[in-house]
Amino acid sequence: MSDRLQTNIRQLADMHWNDNGELEVLTFDLHGETFAIEAIMVQEILDLLPETAVPGAMAFVGSVINFRGKVIPLADIRLAFGMEAGASTIDSRIVVIEIELQGELTLVGIRTDKVNEVTTLSRDMSEPPPSVGMKWRPDYINCLVKRGGQFIILPNLEAIFSFRKEA
Amino acid sequence: MSMPDPVAVFRIEAAELLEQIETGLLDLTHRLNDKDQIDAVFRGLHTLKGSGAMFGFDALAAFTHHCETAFDRVRKGEKPATSELVAAVLAAQDHMRALIENPTDDHGEIGERLLAQLRLAVEGDAPAPVAASAAPVETAAVADDLHTFRIRFSLPLNSMVNGTNPLGLLDELRDLGECHVVADTSAIPSLDVLVPTELYVSWDVTLTTDQPRSAIDDVFIFVLDDMTLNVETIAAEAPVVKAVAAPAVVAVPEPVVQPVPAPVAAAAPRPQPVPEPAGEKQQAKAAENVRVPAERLDELMDRVGELVIAQSRLRQLASTSMDIQLRSVSEEIERLSGELRDTMMVLRMVPVGSLFGRFRRLVHDLARETGKIIELETEGETTEVDKTVIERLADPLVHLVRNSIDHGLETPEERRAAGKEEAGKVLLSARQAGGEVIITIKDDGRGINRERVRAKAESSGLMQPGQQISDQDLLQMIFQPGFSTAAQVTNLSGRGVGMDVVKKTVEALRGAIDITSKPGQGSEVALRIPLTLAIIDGLLVRVGEGRYVIPLSAVEECLELSLEEDLRSRGRSFISLRDSLVPFLRLRDLFRTGTKPDTHQKVVVISTGTERVGMVVDQIIGDHQTVIKSMSKLHHDVATFSGATILGDGSVALILDVAHLVAAGQQQEAHLRAAG
Repeated sequence: MSDRLQTNIRQLADMHWNDNGELEVLTFDLHGETFAIEAIMVQEILDLLPETAVPGAMAFVGSVINFRGKVIPLADIRLAFGMEAGASTIDSRIVVIEIELQGELTLVGIRTDKVNEVTTLSRDMSEPPPSVGMKWRPDYINCLVKRGGQFIILPNLEAIFSFRKEA
Repeated sequence: MSMPDPVAVFRIEAAELLEQIETGLLDLTHRLNDKDQIDAVFRGLHTLKGSGAMFGFDALAAFTHHCETAFDRVRKGEKPATSELVAAVLAAQDHMRALIENPTDDHGEIGERLLAQLRLAVEGDAPAPVAASAAPVETAAVADDLHTFRIRFSLPLNSMVNGTNPLGLLDELRDLGECHVVADTSAIPSLDVLVPTELYVSWDVTLTTDQPRSAIDDVFIFVLDDMTLNVETIAAEAPVVKAVAAPAVVAVPEPVVQPVPAPVAAAAPRPQPVPEPAGEKQQAKAAENVRVPAERLDELMDRVGELVIAQSRLRQLASTSMDIQLRSVSEEIERLSGELRDTMMVLRMVPVGSLFGRFRRLVHDLARETGKIIELETEGETTEVDKTVIERLADPLVHLVRNSIDHGLETPEERRAAGKEEAGKVLLSARQAGGEVIITIKDDGRGINRERVRAKAESSGLMQPGQQISDQDLLQMIFQPGFSTAAQVTNLSGRGVGMDVVKKTVEALRGAIDITSKPGQGSEVALRIPLTLAIIDGLLVRVGEGRYVIPLSAVEECLELSLEEDLRSRGRSFISLRDSLVPFLRLRDLFRTGTKPDTHQKVVVISTGTERVGMVVDQIIGDHQTVIKSMSKLHHDVATFSGATILGDGSVALILDVAHLVAAGQQQEAHLRAAG
């Protein structure tokens, strides 16, 4: 028990909960689930842009876009969570985040079905991902936060993006 | 934008200072009495000590202080500059580098040893204990050269506005020796007209010191231009008559001539204000150059790239409009953004001289280690190359220079026997030719022994025994991986960078290597490198719905894939091209486009040197000036593409990696051959 608690504390410490145990996030919908990304990582929210497919790349980062003169990968984290890639709708947006990958700050676009709001989550309501009874890889999730009768998923983007084919 | 870490800034500056010092020292090895170089080294050491102390590198400051002292004495002519001294300071300089890198490590022992060397070099005789060796000399000097100066100075009225503190000046004078200070307050106006920020006081100082007159000038160096300074020498023995200016305040001056003890303390070398020339020259430099982090340049480059793309959209809009004014604005912006892009390219260029500078030390060290006499000459230092190219070329050049010296140049005895001058020459030169920069390393040594290269290549299976091969190809053998001339390896050529790495690096920069060598007369290796990495000429093609760029330099020819050849090649992917079979890849299959092929497909034949491969594409769109953007880490596993670029309509096109595709094509060929 205490071991698991330790692990949880370590994982949560990676995120920027403030002294009051709050975290500012941007929430968005994907395939009927609500996800949240730390607001501090978010650079910009864009309408859909023309995409260029990268043959041979991993499916969930299968294309690149032109973000202000930079060529950045466009990630579809639905595919990392084993969800189907649905068609784009009028609400579809790209959330551009900055994330440290292998020691280098990298811009990545994330495809979303709908962007909801910037809100504050409370650490008291957060739970670690259950180790059983979940269809997603537990290491891809930082924690789940209960809010208004539903769960918001805080994905572990570092883990998702460090996925390699041979893994 | 955050403030840069001051310690990091200091490290950068210190590295530059050390480079300057090193250059100066190496120059000194040739001309021991070059006053300018001695001064330059002294100034460098002095600045390093000062800023080191300012940023908390106390060990560095303390250590540098000793070197500075040694050079100060040379500068003042108390000691001759000797090659031992220069060697000692060169060695000490490496230690300073270590102190900057790891200020917390314990370097005491090495430092002590180096200082002992330094002391030996300065004194030129048996090392006496530290204190003892320094003290007697100083004391002697003091006893002989005790001077008394009368210094009268007044500062301009507004000098305090500029941050000058007269009390600080007085303190510095006191540091030089016994001082008697009298303030002349007669110029202070009545209270109603007094401006509190103005300076009305002037001073009259009697100073007894062992320091020369120039030390006094040094104190006032920063204010000298505007002030009035009057220095008179008074005979040391004569009782000092006190200033007339302020009779009311003056007490009877105590006799100035004092026995030795007191001034000894003052005689210890003290940090002096920066000597005059250094101050002026450095300020002049600062005005001409601005230090900018490379990533900001890259950012700017990105912005300019965006601007160019936005401008091409504007041009499209304007061309469909009848509005003449809009058109003229569009043309104006087109011209401006084009110029801006060209200017931006130039900003990334740095002179090759910064790269060549590093080799002087290398050659100096190599000469000592090998016992050869080597003269390094450099030419064309002002030739400019893209910064990234310079950085990547550093290691290969080191290897080529080492190779020249180690294998190429003979020992003085051998050279004499061959009727050459004893000193071997290595020439590093750079020049621009068209869109390329050519960097050559030339020596006048024994040249490459072709028989040995051939024997080596045959024994290691790189060529068939007795195989006919062109001279150039034979010489190029030394760049083959595994072509290690193990018999000749010394500690010089064993740094892990093989000649094959030289070739790889140059090819990665899309460059090429030429070698010429004459037996007994020397060899010349020329690296031909494109001017910039940021832009290439590309051939834009379409495969399915995607557009791709093929570097134009790799394209040999384009031809149509006839229907019958297409059908015939279903089983074996070869086309015959002027009686030779060229394997080809169907990019549509490779990229899994899932679209129907065009009726008239094209084959683009690309090559790297001797190997060729065709690529079947749906359409050839045309040539395209390609600004190369790198792909993110998330796509580093995709070897087919070397980068991406942004097209005129704002969409992204991927750049094909020619080397990888050729390898893939050759692999397919081998596979098909094996299958029969």
